[in-house]
Parts: sequence; structure tokens; C-alpha cells
Amino acid sequence: MLAAARCIVYRDLLLAVRRRSDVMTTLLFFVIVVSLFPLGVGPEPELLRAIGPGVIWVAALLASMLGLGRLFEADHADGTLEQLALGGAPLGVVVCAKALAHWLATGLPLVLVAPLLALQYGLPAPLYAVLALSLLLGTPVLSLIGAIGAALTLGLRGGGVLLALLVLPLFVPVLVLGAGAVEMAAAGIGGQAQLLLLAAMLVAAAAFAPWAIAAALRISLE
Amino acid sequence: MKWFWYASPQTFFPLAGTIARWCAVAAAALTAIGLYIGFFVAPTDAQQGEVYRIIFIHVPAAWMSMFIYLVMAFWAALGLALNTRLSAMMAAALAPTGALFTFIALWTGSLWGKPTWGTYWVWDARLTSELILLFLYFGFIALRAAIEDPRRADRAAALLAIVGVVNVPIIYYSVQWWNTLHQGASVSFSRAPTMAATMLAGMIIMALAFWLYSIAVSLVRVRCMIREGA
Repeated sequence: MLAAARCIVYRDLLLAVRRRSDVMTTLLFFVIVVSLFPLGVGPEPELLRAIGPGVIWVAALLASMLGLGRLFEADHADGTLEQLALGGAPLGVVVCAKALAHWLATGLPLVLVAPLLALQYGLPAPLYAVLALSLLLGTPVLSLIGAIGAALTLGLRGGGVLLALLVLPLFVPVLVLGAGAVEMAAAGIGGQAQLLLLAAMLVAAAAFAPWAIAAALRISLE
Repeated sequence: MKWFWYASPQTFFPLAGTIARWCAVAAAALTAIGLYIGFFVAPTDAQQGEVYRIIFIHVPAAWMSMFIYLVMAFWAALGLALNTRLSAMMAAALAPTGALFTFIALWTGSLWGKPTWGTYWVWDARLTSELILLFLYFGFIALRAAIEDPRRADRAAALLAIVGVVNVPIIYYSVQWWNTLHQGASVSFSRAPTMAATMLAGMIIMALAFWLYSIAVSLVRVRCMIREGA
């Protein structure tokens, strides 16, 4: 069971490395969206410092949603997904592995590049770690919840826009807690409470989302 | 009582018609009584003046908007568990009514907010979570509409409704916490501690009327779906 999961993670990561442009587009999208905000609202340092955490988090939300469509799409098109569903490994473990690989390919780069964007927004240095930590805890939740939407909209016409409509409302708690942690830390109160709640959400999502993803995939594959 | 007797669309069709007719009549009568109490019997509020009378629409609509989502998720879960087509139809029939009440609650709330708070919209926890609830309804309706195969549409939408209903409390509390963090507009919902008995009566009668209206409308919608499917 674990061997199957390891195999899928390895395979998906290998595919991501071979098709580097997919990973890069998500990352570039993230950087570009964050860079557009100062052009829209003006370059005043106080304003940018105030909106920085929220902007970076919203951009991360959109960027991780952008890659979700590809999570099951290619495997669905060439029939691999049906083989995985029919195979010996439980589908819940398979989707967990796929979500993990997807997060490693698209979520983790966002976490790593976020401190650089925080620098552009003039956030004080101690906040970089809080921002990166909040993204580190939050983006896997986004991948897991988003995978439910990706499985439900698999193979539908106009699936991308529909996917956004389905999952963005469900992303609200992660956004509130993630951006809130950075803001609390910026206010000097410390964002531990939010970070702990984010960690709790990650645990809950890791426990329950695979069931929902597997059920959604079974519905879509029928 | 044989519950599953009515689980078949064929036997449910005439029953739905009868219930819908009676509920529609009762809803019309109760709306008339409720609005009469609301507009002519209930006293003017000491602090808010006449503008408070919107609560006779607003509060029942807000109750219904949340309650219908729960009922919808209940039917969706039943449909997934028992594989009954009628349950999925009930869930699908409730969604537009739920979205309508959510919209009415938001709309009347903003109309009340303008004279009372001086603004149509504040990012208050209740308003924001109601807005997100509206998005959840739209997602459910859009997903159903996007899938052509009716069985897959039923089951996919049912799963989405269940995921949504698990998330609704999380969203509500996170938004509430977010709001206390920001502490933007100094707005509070605290009403006068005691509410005149006639006000309460008017509100409860209107809530009953909305209940009956929802039942009538969704049963009519279920009848349409049965006809379409047949």
C-alpha cells in the first residue's frame, strides 16, 4: 500500500520534472499577480505593508487553484486513472499520493518564493518565517480540498471556471487563518493561534478529504 | 407506514401535487396575516423607527437560507446512501429556493443597513458568511447544470452538498474570527433586549409562511423534474 503510494508520488514528480513548464507557469502566475497589486493600488510603503500578507495569500490561493485542473486530467485522458481505480491499492491512498505529489510540484515552490515577495512588499524580516510557515501549513489543505473539486469536475466542458466556483468558497477558512497569522504576527501579538488552527485544518483535511476525493473520482469514472 | 412506497417518483407525483397545493394556499394566507401584523399591528420601534419592519422578511429569509442548505444536504446524503433518484431530485429542487432566500436576506439586509448603519454593505461576519453561502448554492446549481448524465450529476452534486455542509460551520467561525480581528466598522447587531410580542408573532408567522412556500415551490419543481425524466 505504501509502496504504491511511493510509486505514484515518484511517478508524478518525475512527470512534473519532465514537463517543467507546468510547474513554472503556476509559479510565474503567483509572482505576476502579486506584482500587479502595487501597480493597481499605488507604491506607498505603508499601504503595501498593510495589504502584503493578504495579497500574497490570495495570489497563492489562485495559483494553487490554477494547477488543480491538471491534477487528474492527463491520467483521465489516457486511461491511467481507471487502471489506478481498478488496481489493488485503495483509491484513497492513491489520491492522497497524487495530492501530495501535486502539492510538492506546485504548492511547495509557492512557499519557497513567498518570502521574496514579502521583501518586495516591505514586510519586516521576522514575518518571512511566519508567512512561509502559514503557507506551508495552508497550501496542502488547498491541494486536498481542491482535489475534491478537480475530481468532481473531471472531464466536464468549462471545468476550469466551474472548479473555481466550487472550491474558492471552501478556501475561505484557510485564507482567513493564513493571512490572519501573518497580520497578527505583524501586530506583535504572534500568530500561534492561527498557525495551530491551520495545522488542525491540515490534519482534518488529510484525514477526511481522501475519502471525498476517492468518492468523487468513482462518480466521475463511472 | 411504508416510507419507501413514496420513494418512487411515480407514486410520489400525485402526492407532491396535493401537498404543494395545500402548502401554497396556506403560505399565501400566512403571508397575508404576517404582513398585516408586520405593517399595521406591530408597534413602531423606539430606536429604529419604521425601518425595522424589514425584519419580517429579512429574519425568516435568513433562517430559511441556512435551514434549506441543511435539508438539501440531508436529501443529497440520503440519495447517495440509498441510491434513490427522488432524494437527489429533492436536493436539486431545494437549491434554487435556498439561493433565492439567501439573496433576499442579503438584499433586505443591505436595505436595512443603509438607513440604520449608513451603508449598504459592511464586512460583518454574518453578512460575509451569508454571501459565501450564496456562492455555495451557486456552485451546487452550476455543477448539476454542467454534467449531462443525470445520474452522475445527482451524485456529484450530492457529494458537493455534503462537503459544503461540513464546511459551513468552519467557514462561519473563521469569518467571525476574521471579523473580530479586523474590527473595522463599529457595528453591532444588539437589538433592544425585549421584543414586543406582536413583533415576534409576526416574524414567526412569516417564517412559517416561508417554510410552506419553500415546500410548495420545491415540490412543484420536483414534479417538473419527474415529468422531464419520464
